[in-house]
Amino acid sequence: MHNSPDFKIPIGPQHPALKEPESFSVALKGEKILGVDIRLGYNHRGIEKAAEERSYVQDIYLIERVCGICSHSHATCFVQAVEEIAGLAVPARALYIRTIIGELERIHSHLLWLGVAGHEIGFDTLLMYSWRDREVVMDILATITGNRVNYGMNTIGGVRRDIDAPQAEAILNALTILEERTKYYIEIATEETTIIKRLSGVGVLSREDVLRLDAVGPTARASGVKRDVRVDDPYAAYAELSFDVITDNHADVYGRTVVRVKELLESCKIIRQALKNLPQGPIAIRAPRKIPAGEALSRYEAPRGEDVHYVKANGTEKPERVKIRAPTLANVQAVKHMLRDRFLADMPIVVAAIDPCFSCTDRMVALKEQAGGRAKVINWQALHNFSIEWHKQRGIDFAPLNKKLKERLAR
Amino acid sequence: MLQEVLGSIFKKPATNLYPAQKLEMPDKFRGKLKFYPERCIGCKMCMRDCPTGAITINKLGEGKFEAVIDLSKCIYCAQCVDSCPKKALEATKEVELAQLDKNKLRVVYSSKG
Repeated sequence: MHNSPDFKIPIGPQHPALKEPESFSVALKGEKILGVDIRLGYNHRGIEKAAEERSYVQDIYLIERVCGICSHSHATCFVQAVEEIAGLAVPARALYIRTIIGELERIHSHLLWLGVAGHEIGFDTLLMYSWRDREVVMDILATITGNRVNYGMNTIGGVRRDIDAPQAEAILNALTILEERTKYYIEIATEETTIIKRLSGVGVLSREDVLRLDAVGPTARASGVKRDVRVDDPYAAYAELSFDVITDNHADVYGRTVVRVKELLESCKIIRQALKNLPQGPIAIRAPRKIPAGEALSRYEAPRGEDVHYVKANGTEKPERVKIRAPTLANVQAVKHMLRDRFLADMPIVVAAIDPCFSCTDRMVALKEQAGGRAKVINWQALHNFSIEWHKQRGIDFAPLNKKLKERLAR
Repeated sequence: MLQEVLGSIFKKPATNLYPAQKLEMPDKFRGKLKFYPERCIGCKMCMRDCPTGAITINKLGEGKFEAVIDLSKCIYCAQCVDSCPKKALEATKEVELAQLDKNKLRVVYSSKG
């Protein structure tokens, strides 16, 4: 049984190694993974539909809550699309402030990832170190925006809060600390033998596979693909700033680590430039409540990769359609490929290496009847009965257990 | 590494002795809302823009308004503060809003109190 190719173990939807509910069905031969089936849909919140029921202003706060870590990314991506439809010329200062917050967010997200990755490979000292330093950037974000997450910085036509001179000074001071610490992390990532040996050759994704599977963000860049929306299709103030796109040719989890730690330094560089060149002027222009009919596709380089928002307006106060493609959805197929013929013990770090955010990416799954191919809506009680029947057919009967439980409760 | 360990042993704890010692919120913090009834003109822009429907403006009489804020619904985005044309709303730094009684989360601001 153990060596039969049909031996499948479920990992998730509820599993201690996963931070969010997602189902991986892993076919094993011994310790070796033959194939992985990923099933999304356990964390679907219906945000896209909810966005159609709310006005554009209300939607900013809803869309911001798509993701806890890259909240600014989603909100910026959404307002960019709306501004494009409405034809608003956003003031330069607002664009620069958006860039600064976006890069601070990237620093906080990458430091968080570094800690999680360290934790997954049993290197908890790295988790303690990087999360301690993450506090520096979280404090800065709290000073500028008022909150550690869900900054509420964006509004249609600009940003809501300005960055004044003492705050700019505080950011620069924090950057000095962060740069120093980042150099230490680069040293760890490139010289520490435990990290190099544990991560090298794990979760290999070749350059061809990146192009075939359309991976995005650090996952793609670690395989030598120079794919970065900030350069390919500059938004906000990126066109006026100079920075390098970090790529690496290791094509494995080690490469992804190197790309992320080096991107920390690039982010510091971008923020320094943006603060130095911060133009004077207003931070927002008045936006109309009713957005004229039209559609727009907006792209944004979130810390995890390219984030795509599509907005269709119909001339009213509410959007007709909002579509969100979070970066994890683009990368999750690559995970399936990375895990093939690898060991089960590598699974947590390979999954963590794409920096997955499952609730952002989650889709609704419509179950279709096999015969007719039509979708069927069933209520909660029917679903409950269906699951009992489903288990009964497979030899698991809950009836005696339920009876026992009732007897015990009666006593 | 050893330096870090020794340094951390002799450092004072990073945590505060809450509730005896409280953290100062940042200046731009968006906490519990405050309403100034005398400035309100009853345009209800805050009600229209609130993402969760947490705020309700009721007309009490000619030029007199009260605000009912449901703190359990409020997401503290302070969009209403931005939307208000007369600056009748203000975000305070108040964060200790936990209540055992759900009714206490409904805060009414009227011109009397």
